[in-house]
Amino acid sequence: MRLINQQLSPPALLALKLAPFVLLVIAYLAGSAARLADNPADKLLPALSSMATAIDLMAFTPDRRTGDYLLWTDTWASLKRLGAGLGISTAMALVVGVAIGIFPVIRALLGPFVGFVAMVPPLALLPVLFIMLGLGEISKIALIVIGVAPLMIRDMAQRVLDLPREQIVKAETLSANSWLVVWRVVLPQVLPRLIISLRLQLGAAFLFLIAAEAISSDSGLGYRIFLVRRYLSMDIIFPYVAWITFLAAMADYGLDRLRRWLFPWSDMEGGR
Amino acid sequence: MTALSIKHLWKEYGDQIVLENISLEIAPRSFVALVGASGCGKTTLLRMLLGQEQPTRGQILIDGEPLPPEPGPDRGVVYQRYSVFPHLTVLGNVMLGPEMAGSRFWGRLTGTRKRDLQDRARAMIADVGLAGAEGKYPAQLSGGMQQRLALAQALMMQPRVLLLDEPFGALDPGIRADIHALMQRLWHTLPMTVVMVTHDLREAFTLGTRIIALERTRTRPEEIARYGAQIGKDIAIWPPRVAGGGTIYDNPALRDDPALEDLIAGRPDMLERL
Ligand SMILES: Nc1ncnc2c1ncn2[C@@H]1O[C@H](COP(=O)(O)OP(=O)(O)O)[C@@H](O)[C@H]1O
Ligand SMILES: [Mg+2]
Repeated sequence: MRLINQQLSPPALLALKLAPFVLLVIAYLAGSAARLADNPADKLLPALSSMATAIDLMAFTPDRRTGDYLLWTDTWASLKRLGAGLGISTAMALVVGVAIGIFPVIRALLGPFVGFVAMVPPLALLPVLFIMLGLGEISKIALIVIGVAPLMIRDMAQRVLDLPREQIVKAETLSANSWLVVWRVVLPQVLPRLIISLRLQLGAAFLFLIAAEAISSDSGLGYRIFLVRRYLSMDIIFPYVAWITFLAAMADYGLDRLRRWLFPWSDMEGGR
Repeated sequence: MTALSIKHLWKEYGDQIVLENISLEIAPRSFVALVGASGCGKTTLLRMLLGQEQPTRGQILIDGEPLPPEPGPDRGVVYQRYSVFPHLTVLGNVMLGPEMAGSRFWGRLTGTRKRDLQDRARAMIADVGLAGAEGKYPAQLSGGMQQRLALAQALMMQPRVLLLDEPFGALDPGIRADIHALMQRLWHTLPMTVVMVTHDLREAFTLGTRIIALERTRTRPEEIARYGAQIGKDIAIWPPRVAGGGTIYDNPALRDDPALEDLIAGRPDMLERL
């Protein structure tokens, strides 16, 4: 049988899906054990037990100085910034993107401009943001918005343009005015795509968040990682990285479930 | 009773002349079948009747008035594809037009107006043979059912003119026969003028009262862009079909039908044949 036609039994499927994760853990444990056998004071690949101690210290023991549980305050601080940045970007994509897609005047006015802005490397703007907006929350949120919104706007505009012209004309023959075309025909059809677009930008948003926190902050997941880096505390950095990855994966999964639940037609053949 | 009149219509895309000097009087209540080779400009002509495209030269009149420059609820349309909205159920699709007509901001009705509309929509859905499918999404319907839905959706607006662009072209023969019967019944019972593009001559003769064939007279490669399609043949179905009945032979009462007079008025050449 050709490789492309292989049918897998459910257990085999599960085993294959888990294999890379298991291999990663085994490789880590082996590497860690080998290095620790060489030099018990090695900090590069800490044993699971020292990571557990670090997790206990960060997540379940109040900080001696502030009394906070650091992992949770860091998570909360980061998620607030991320949520604000992504929320603003999503709202902009919805309003500006749809407007560019459907109104010729706004397409002419903003289409090329947004395309141009999307090419600005956001991290190169970071110093400018810190100088102009100060070192507080606003500049971090602004970095996420600048990095993410133009791409989402362009994606939305393109999805609107991709709607068959026949549908728009059909709506006009059903007495729709411009607003009703947007409200009853265009918006509901691009909302599922907006959620997909948001999912695709999660990774980039975390990148900009951590970059901003690394440079200037007093809390946040990125701040903590770059703070403990000075002490080579891999036992803290690894769990933090795993935690960030877990948060991003959960957001990705949750958004996809949300889309299927809100727009059941969007997965059907012929839906979009 | 809606007459369409097309006067010296030209359509050019850049250098390419697609339609050349088309003049056509369409009598009220006729069912015009527009046939012609692929790419000869049938869809383009239909788009201009719809108001989606503007003629390069010439004029289209609807009941003597110039056609509005954009699509509107007096002219319904059914395409071969993309005629229904994938995000709305069958009931939602059929209700959409009156909902938007009745609520200019939210596009949704409430209370008794909504219930009345729902009843009307369910009756229309049953009328086109989709009873029981009210809650389904278009992707869950077969091609024939989708086209029935598209018809129901368009007819809810009670358009004066119904424009059809190869609406049944993608359907299997058996299903097509059923939907032809439906189409014929709708045309007989509703006061509308129909223009249907088709590439199927049988379909044209089954449904039409009149068949218009678009033709390019010059087909040498160097001439194709310079000369557009013209009306090659204009065939009135004989014996004449009259909206509301069979032919005048099936139903002698129809000999006095005013629609027949209108039909003849729009087609002086038919006088000789009568
Ligand atoms: N928007 C357009 N821009 C340029 N050329 C077009 C456009 N629409 C149609 N045409 C051309 O007009 C001709 C007629 O097209 P169409 O009306 O779709 O043909 P038909 O429906 O008879 O198959 C074709 O040669 C096509 O390439
Ligand atoms: Mg066509």
